[in-house]
Amino acid sequence: MSTVRSEIAAGFDVQKVREDFPVLKQTIHGMPLVYLDSAATAQKPFAVIDAIRKFHEVDCANIHRGVHELSQRSTAAYEETRSKARRFLNARFKNELIFVRGTTEGINLVASSWGRHNVKAGDEIMISAMEHHSNIVPWQMLCEEQGARLRVIPMNDRGELILEECEKLLNPRTRMVAVTHVSNALGTINPVRQIIEMAHQAGALALIDGAQAAPHMKVDVQALDADFYAFSGHKVVGPTGIGILYGKTKLLNAMPPYQGGGDMIKTVTFEKSTYADLPYKFEAGTPNIAGGIGLGASFDYVNHLGLDQIAAYEHELLLYGTEALSQIPGLRIIGTAREKAAVLSFVIEGIHPHDIGTVLDRQGIAVRTGHHCAQPVMDWFHVPATTRASLAFYNSTAEIDALAAGLKKVKEIFS
Amino acid sequence: MVDDLYQEIILDHTKHPRNCHAMADATRSAEGYNPLCGDKLKLFIKIEGDMVKDASFVGSGCAISTASASLMTESLKGKTREEAFKLLEKFHDLLTTDTPVSKDLGKLVVFCGVRDYPARVKCATLAWHTLKTALDGTPETVTTE
Repeated sequence: MSTVRSEIAAGFDVQKVREDFPVLKQTIHGMPLVYLDSAATAQKPFAVIDAIRKFHEVDCANIHRGVHELSQRSTAAYEETRSKARRFLNARFKNELIFVRGTTEGINLVASSWGRHNVKAGDEIMISAMEHHSNIVPWQMLCEEQGARLRVIPMNDRGELILEECEKLLNPRTRMVAVTHVSNALGTINPVRQIIEMAHQAGALALIDGAQAAPHMKVDVQALDADFYAFSGHKVVGPTGIGILYGKTKLLNAMPPYQGGGDMIKTVTFEKSTYADLPYKFEAGTPNIAGGIGLGASFDYVNHLGLDQIAAYEHELLLYGTEALSQIPGLRIIGTAREKAAVLSFVIEGIHPHDIGTVLDRQGIAVRTGHHCAQPVMDWFHVPATTRASLAFYNSTAEIDALAAGLKKVKEIFS
Repeated sequence: MVDDLYQEIILDHTKHPRNCHAMADATRSAEGYNPLCGDKLKLFIKIEGDMVKDASFVGSGCAISTASASLMTESLKGKTREEAFKLLEKFHDLLTTDTPVSKDLGKLVVFCGVRDYPARVKCATLAWHTLKTALDGTPETVTTE
């Protein structure tokens, strides 16, 4: 398996790929930009930038309402992205893909619309110890409102979920298991198929936060049997402010609308309104049309590179980066799961991540420092914050060398 | 390169923070927290009459916030409450405006480099926000947000 993977990775021409990303061709503080913050947001290729510009220059109109040519063009382009999203996630039906602002809104939609009608006092919602705040707080708010209880699947020292504990926590009161596919702070790839199966056996539903998985691996919601799956466009080299929530038809049909307004109705009178069918029931108001069209271009772009190729190449980068950082005395990698995406979160003894981040920035290296919106993860590892280098397929091993050299400079300053 | 930010005095106070201990007989104390980076500190002040007789802190933070707390506690000793507030104002101006550096700041001028690092201004001001709370006597934890 790993031989096949490294062979695929060897055929990946990163220098050619980098030509597609205009932002990468710049200097920061006089040094070539080394962008290692793709888990926060991915950079955008010309294909996405051009698609958005073309929409504004040539096709700009509101969708779903005009009989005129421009409206028909923009509607077709926007709806085409829904079809692409269906293929991207291998969903059964196009109507199971809801446009949202991002993962956060997708989770909030489910917590609010599904949650308020299905979670009662005494019920339980299960999340995990490595969730991003966006997969904690919406459930916490729901639990507070409904008098339900939030349970947390613990993890081990490597940052892997302990499935035996998950099994023990599941019970007939569990209504929903909401876990992340890949941890943004640790890089852990969770065995979500297994977790979903366990949830279903206990009679609960499962929502997967796919924000960090969708850009880096093939996702098949049918093979996973996920009930809900949410991700953000901007992490899949698409624009910000657009994302996808997948939900099974049966569940979405039974859920009340999330927001009221235009486009989500069939009829409106002052006495009563009736709601549109899926997916429009959940899409009130004029959406982020340009974003949706840009997202379509981003699906095309990553499909063109191939998600298997991307995953294989990024895995090689992860191995290279892990090795490079392990050579630095006093550096401890936080998150050493056996199944891991290309995230390198670390601390250096005696040096605060913010100082590391500032010194690296002056060398043109962009990393994220802080708690990565995962404060419980930081608490668990007893660190206030970490420095995180998150890699994408447009990063090179030379950039990892630059990071290692940058960290040596950090150590010189603070030793 | 980054030497304008991490000046010698700052590095010295980061590695060897002064007045870094709790104070049993403090007359005022306050806690500061920067939710963005997790920096936390607790400040202790002993006021006699109208004068700051002693100041100390405990906590965890980056080089800038630790050095800022260390140098602040040093510069507070012997100041009246009013002088402390004036110093606070001048320190804030040093970090956030282009006004000429006030000579009243003494050693604190080493933080002038922070001006060019907007993301780090909150690190340098955490101790001072906390000082304001301590001097005002408001009990709750102050945050930089």
